[in-house]
Amino acid sequence: MAEPAAHLATDKLTAMYGKFTAVKNVSLEFRVNTVNALIGPSGCGKSTFLRALNRMHELSEGGWITGQVLLGGEDIYARKVSPMQLRRRIGMVFQKPTPFPTMSIYDNVAAGLRINGSHPRGGLDAVVEQSLRRAALWDEVKDRLKTSAIALSGGQQQRLCIARTIAPRPEVVLLDEPTASLDPASTQRIEELVFELKRDFTIVIVTHNMQQAARVSDTTSFFYMGNMVETGPTRQIFTAPKQEQTEAYITGRFG
Amino acid sequence: MNRRVLRRWVSNAMVGLMIAAVVTAVLPLLFILLDLLLKGAGSLSFDFFTRMPVPAGETGGGVAHAIVGTLIIVGIASLIGLPLGIGAGIFCAEYPGNRLATTTRFVADVMNGTPSIVVGVFAWALIVTRTKQFSALAGSCALAMLMVPMVMRTTEELVKLVPHSLREAALALGYSRWRTSLAIVLRTALPGIVTGSLLAVARVAGETAPLLFTALGSQFMNFNVTEPMAALPLTVFNYAIGPYEEWHQLAWATALVLILVVLVLSIAARLATRRRFGING
Repeated sequence: MAEPAAHLATDKLTAMYGKFTAVKNVSLEFRVNTVNALIGPSGCGKSTFLRALNRMHELSEGGWITGQVLLGGEDIYARKVSPMQLRRRIGMVFQKPTPFPTMSIYDNVAAGLRINGSHPRGGLDAVVEQSLRRAALWDEVKDRLKTSAIALSGGQQQRLCIARTIAPRPEVVLLDEPTASLDPASTQRIEELVFELKRDFTIVIVTHNMQQAARVSDTTSFFYMGNMVETGPTRQIFTAPKQEQTEAYITGRFG
Repeated sequence: MNRRVLRRWVSNAMVGLMIAAVVTAVLPLLFILLDLLLKGAGSLSFDFFTRMPVPAGETGGGVAHAIVGTLIIVGIASLIGLPLGIGAGIFCAEYPGNRLATTTRFVADVMNGTPSIVVGVFAWALIVTRTKQFSALAGSCALAMLMVPMVMRTTEELVKLVPHSLREAALALGYSRWRTSLAIVLRTALPGIVTGSLLAVARVAGETAPLLFTALGSQFMNFNVTEPMAALPLTVFNYAIGPYEEWHQLAWATALVLILVVLVLSIAARLATRRRFGING
C-alpha cells in the first residue's frame, strides 16, 4: 500500500537563535488529517521547531533557520512566499490563551477573516458561528457574542483562540502546549476538540504531558537537546520505543 | 505575648507614619485649593466667563478672551504635540534597540527635565525672531515641545505593557507588523494613552513661562493665531504683578478658572479610561 504524501514536512531543519542552535537537523513528515505530538523535556527545541513551521521563529530575537519546511511540497521559506499569507494557511494556538482584550467574542473570531478583506457581513456571521461550534464554545457564548472576550474563563478563552485560529480555514493547526495553563476539565475538552479537528486539519501539537500525547495523537516525535531522537506511530513510541532515551523519558526516568 | 504586643505597636506606628506622609503630601494641595476658592470665588460670576476686561479703575469685566485664548493655544499645541508624541512613543516601544529609538528616548528624558522657560526662549528664538511677531502659534509650538516628550514616554511605557503574547497571536493570524501595532497593540494600550495625553494637555494648559515670549498675552478677544493672544496663565501673571488691588482679586479669580479648566480635563481623562474593554477589564 502506497503511503499518502506528507502535507507538511521538514527537511534537515535547523533553527538557531543567533549562534545558539535550538533545533538540529530535523526531518519530519506530517500527513493530512493526523494529529502529531511533539514531546520532550523543557528546552529540548520542540516549541522552536513548531514555531519554525509557520515562520514565527524568525520573529524571535536572532531567529533564523537552515533547511526546508515544505507545505504541500512547496518551500515556505522560499523568497516569493509572504509570511503573512503563509500564517493564514498554518494557524497557531499558544500556551496561554490570548484573546484580544479590546475585542468582543464575535470580533475575536472574525479577526483573522477581516484581515483577508472580502467577507460579506452575512457570510461573516455564519463563519463565526460555525467556528465557535467547532470549538465547542457556541452554546456557552451565543447570547453574549458582543461582550468582552476577557470575561470568559481560561478554558473558554483557549477554545475561543482555537475558534479564532480555525475561522480563516487554515490547512494546518499548530498547538503549542494548549492546555498547559488549564484545569483538568478544560484540558479534557480541548483534547476532545483536537480529536474532532483532525477531520478538517493537519495538527501538530507540542505537549509536556505524555498522557495527552498518548490520548490524542497519531504520531509522536521525541525531542531531546535539539535533536529529534525518535518518531513513529504513537502506539509504538509508547509501547515499544526503539531508542533508549525515548524509553527513559516516557517511563519517567528523566525530564 | 510580649512579642505580639510589640509587633502590634510597631505595625500601628508604621501605619501612623504612612498616614502622616499622605496627609503631609495632600495638605498643601488642599490649602492651595482652599485659598484659591476663598480669594477667587468672590469675584467669579457669569460675567467673568463671558465678558472682556475693563480698563483699570472700573469694576466688572471678565477673562473671556483668556479662556478662548487658552483653548486655541492649547488646542493647536495638542494637534501638533499629541500625534508626534504618540507616534514617537510607539516607534520606541516597537523598536526598543533601534539606534534612533535609544537616541530619541534619551533626548526625551532630557527634555522632560528642561525648565519650561528654556523651551519658551527656544521657541522665541526659533519662531518669534524670524516672523518678527509674537504669536499664538509660537506659543502653541512651545507648548507642543513640552508635550512631545511627556506623551512619548507614557505612550512607550503603556505600549510596552501590552503582553508580547497578544502581538504574537496577531502575527500568527496573518496580521502584518504595522497592522498588529495599530489594531492590536495600540488599541489595547489606548485607554492609558488617552489618559496620559489628557494629563499632558492639562499640564501645559497651566504653563506660563513658555508663553511669556511667544503668545505674549493680549487685552483683546483675538482669533488670529499669527498675532499675540491672551491665555489664562498669562492673565494671572499680568494681574498678579499689577499695582491695583482689584487686579489682584482678578488674578485669584483667573487662577481659579485655570484650575477648573485643568480639573475638567483631568475628570475627562478619568472618564475616558473607564471603557468597556480596557486592558484591566
